[in-house]
Amino acid sequence: MAGEKHVETTGLLGWVDRRFPATATWKAHLSEYYAPKNFNFWYFFGSLALLVLVIQITTGIFLVMHYKPDAERAFQSVEYIMREVPGGWLIRYMHSTGASMFFVVVYMHMLRGLFYGSYRKPRELVWIFGVAIFLCLMGEAFFGYLLPWGQMSYWGAQVIVNLFSAIPFIGPDLAIFIRGDYVVSDATLNRFFAFHVIAIPLVLVGLVAAHLVALHEVGSNNPDGVEIKQGPKDRFGRPLDGVPFHPYYTVHDIVGVAGFLIVFAAIVFFGPEMGGYFLEYNNFIPADSLKTPPHIAPVWYFTPFYSMLRATTDDFTWVLSGAALLGAIALFFKGNFKGVWRVIVPVILVAVAVLLRVLDAKFWGVVAMGGTVVILFFLPWLDHSPVKSIRYRPDWHKVLYAIFMINFVVLGYVGTQPPSPALNLTSQIGTLYYLAFFLLMPVWSRLGTFKPVPDRVVFHAH
Amino acid sequence: MIKKLMVAAAMMLACTAAQAAEGGYPLDRAPDRSNDMAALQNGAKLFVNYCLNCHAASSMRYNKLHDIGLTDEQITKNLMFTGEKVGDLMTVAMQPKDAKKWFGTTPPDLSVIARAKSQTAGQPGTDYIYAYLRSFYRDTSRPTGWNNLVYPNVSMPHVLWERQGPRELTTVAMHEVEGKGGEPGWERTTTVYDAQGFATVKKEAVEHFHGSESFNATFKASNPALTAQYDNDAADLSAFLTWMAEPVAQFRKALGVWVLLFLGLFLVVAMRLNASYWKHVR
Repeated sequence: MAGEKHVETTGLLGWVDRRFPATATWKAHLSEYYAPKNFNFWYFFGSLALLVLVIQITTGIFLVMHYKPDAERAFQSVEYIMREVPGGWLIRYMHSTGASMFFVVVYMHMLRGLFYGSYRKPRELVWIFGVAIFLCLMGEAFFGYLLPWGQMSYWGAQVIVNLFSAIPFIGPDLAIFIRGDYVVSDATLNRFFAFHVIAIPLVLVGLVAAHLVALHEVGSNNPDGVEIKQGPKDRFGRPLDGVPFHPYYTVHDIVGVAGFLIVFAAIVFFGPEMGGYFLEYNNFIPADSLKTPPHIAPVWYFTPFYSMLRATTDDFTWVLSGAALLGAIALFFKGNFKGVWRVIVPVILVAVAVLLRVLDAKFWGVVAMGGTVVILFFLPWLDHSPVKSIRYRPDWHKVLYAIFMINFVVLGYVGTQPPSPALNLTSQIGTLYYLAFFLLMPVWSRLGTFKPVPDRVVFHAH
Repeated sequence: MIKKLMVAAAMMLACTAAQAAEGGYPLDRAPDRSNDMAALQNGAKLFVNYCLNCHAASSMRYNKLHDIGLTDEQITKNLMFTGEKVGDLMTVAMQPKDAKKWFGTTPPDLSVIARAKSQTAGQPGTDYIYAYLRSFYRDTSRPTGWNNLVYPNVSMPHVLWERQGPRELTTVAMHEVEGKGGEPGWERTTTVYDAQGFATVKKEAVEHFHGSESFNATFKASNPALTAQYDNDAADLSAFLTWMAEPVAQFRKALGVWVLLFLGLFLVVAMRLNASYWKHVR
């Protein structure tokens, strides 16, 4: 037929392919997408994140069928789901466990990226989309946590929304605008529900698609940080160090899925509260705007950032201010900025140093909490190491990464505890390490003796 | 290297879990009766007779008691008094406004109280309820005439006291005080609450004491047999409240075993499938 596209497929698939790139998409993203053959344990977490997303969306749809976004009825409706909706308890526990496991999986996935330099050129956009997904996920978790309308839901939301009131000039009005009321109330619950079930999931799914398209455009990194596209190829132009994603990695990822589901099911069926960390016990008390709980702690996945917020006391802004001044001096005399930037960047830092002492420490706490997430966006340009993978970095780099991980866990622990002077000092040291790890990365990441990177990936056939 | 880091991280988490078990008055361990139908039924009987006048359990339907082995007939005949239907929720007639006037606070809904009273990385709510029910003492300084060691200055009177029998409480507290000449010293405060709730306080300075602050409490029952019987009731009642907080819990665990068995099998199949695909990759 005239004007029809020529395709190799026949029958129904041929009919579709002449009108829609079905086979072409399948090939580009699965059967002819060549992934390095040396993926290890850490490479399970990308597909697992996708699995958890599907679990959350599916269970979420069923929860919305029975949940009532109404301050009078929300708490009861959750118990209604737990007791009277057939299988409701399972759906609800899968959703609550899925929320925490999403963060477990995503933190592991990000750590993998950090280890193997997966954010380095040409994968900057893959990383940026990924950090945007992480931000969305935090928003999704925050909005969703209000919905059970327990004491922790309520007071957690109250504390976090109040943070916005620390922003100079517009803060108090902004906080009221977000809540839709002077305190967290029915209006807040309804808008959070809208964000949780519609707005953020839409953005999230779009970003996940962009993350995957960007990844498949540039190709996957691997534990050696070697570009397989630049390595030897066979006579069809396929990289010798790559295998088609389907079937090799699809069957491989099924193993990861099975392992993950075992952990997931063990939590859902034998300890859905996870000792009070996945489902906080205080949240089994209905929200009461007149009774402030003595200790308000966010859920575990927020606590590292919450710690850095609490660390930013008035005294601590002296330290941060001093650090900003030192940075300004160092950049002016030793920095690599060209032309006018050589002056502008230090001037900005001096301004920050002054503002750190002028504006309220509460505001800087909010900046610390937001900034420590936003800093991740800049990682591709902060890392100046000549090699991508941690495998070929100097040993002391590995120590820095190890301390970074331990530091993150300690910050997380401190964030779950009531404040005390010793814990506060711990969180301040932790905050400084976290900031220094990233902000000084342009300096330390190029120092030391790097090991030679092999031409091809290291792979042991099994 | 990475494996070592993982181990280090896991150990850190283990430490934090251990430390998180917080203080307060130490809670006794409640006996595990989560699967003992006779105990749960006795707990249900105590609950509707003693608790369900002021406390509602508004997420709980009477006929949910089928799960602990009671029939509709048994429920209507023995456990329902005010002409509700067996499918009704366990609500109370008392208005929150009146409750506030009478007790100074609204008695909490008890549907999920056992979960609400659990401690993060610590003891389950069952232990809390068990300890709470056994820690009432007469205290004339309180409006209701009752006080509680686990929940100091609680608004709730000891409604089950006739089942427990009169008791005398002796508390011994060691605390640091400013001694003679401004030097730090220690003081032992012994308080005896007699069975009528009148307190006798004795304070004495302790010299050469090397220890930390402490608080000990001992009860002396005037009818030990009755009090032992009450302890049994308290265990049944806390088991019932724990069951009521999550009636599906036993089924959940039973189903979980099958799910894990299936997933274990699935893992083996997945690994074999994976190995057969990858054996030609060099």
